[in-house]
Amino acid sequence: MRVSIDCDSDVVAARQKGRELASQCGFPSTDMAVVATAISELARNIVRYAVRGEIILRLVQNNGKRGIEVVASDDGPGIPDVGLAMQDGYSTSGGLGLGLPGTRRLMDDFEITSDFGKGTRVIVRRWRR
Amino acid sequence: MQVPILKQGAYLIATVQSALTDEDLKQLRDTLVLQVSKVRARGVIVDVTALDVIDSFATRTLRDVAYMIRLRGAETVIVGIQPEVAFSMVKLGLTLEGVATSLDLEEGLAYLDRKAKAHQEVRAHR
Repeated sequence: MRVSIDCDSDVVAARQKGRELASQCGFPSTDMAVVATAISELARNIVRYAVRGEIILRLVQNNGKRGIEVVASDDGPGIPDVGLAMQDGYSTSGGLGLGLPGTRRLMDDFEITSDFGKGTRVIVRRWRR
Repeated sequence: MQVPILKQGAYLIATVQSALTDEDLKQLRDTLVLQVSKVRARGVIVDVTALDVIDSFATRTLRDVAYMIRLRGAETVIVGIQPEVAFSMVKLGLTLEGVATSLDLEEGLAYLDRKAKAHQEVRAHR
């Protein structure tokens, strides 16, 4: 499932789609909220820093475990220092600076690649317990 | 999505009905801060029972609402944060430090009543 992100209301739409998918996958309501919150943070980063991008949601399997994968990608300016962006409280936009490090805490898997000047891609997964 | 704001006695009650965009949240903040002086409210309740996500932006905006209203001389209580929302907020690292929260609307009203009473007592002793 693909959700294009280029405005405020797309952030809400993306997290609602994520919640639906988590529900279909049989996730308990706590995990549904966790996945929706993570999507919200990633989608907002796209709107705020890259203006537009997309979020791809899919169900994944690994050794009999089922989970949900969220890929957030954009071709915006990229993150000059990913290490810094992963630190709690670091923000270049006057925000709380918890979006990326918080999303890593919410999800089981977290991968980020960012090419300065080319864009950013974040892949997160949450596995069913 | 506009958030209806109801005046009940000396309090304003804002009941969020569905998911809010960042723009909606900012509008709610600005409206509440203006309304509180306009109607000379002593307290504000923001009921977020209907929210299934409270992310970093929503947390920051709710916190700002409470701080701004305090500077206007009134109290704010956030009521109805759902258990799974509370779980996600804490995992993400979000706190509503210095902001009053209550289980539901009833508890929120009781909190504001206690605050108002304490305020009156302080005045009476002067």
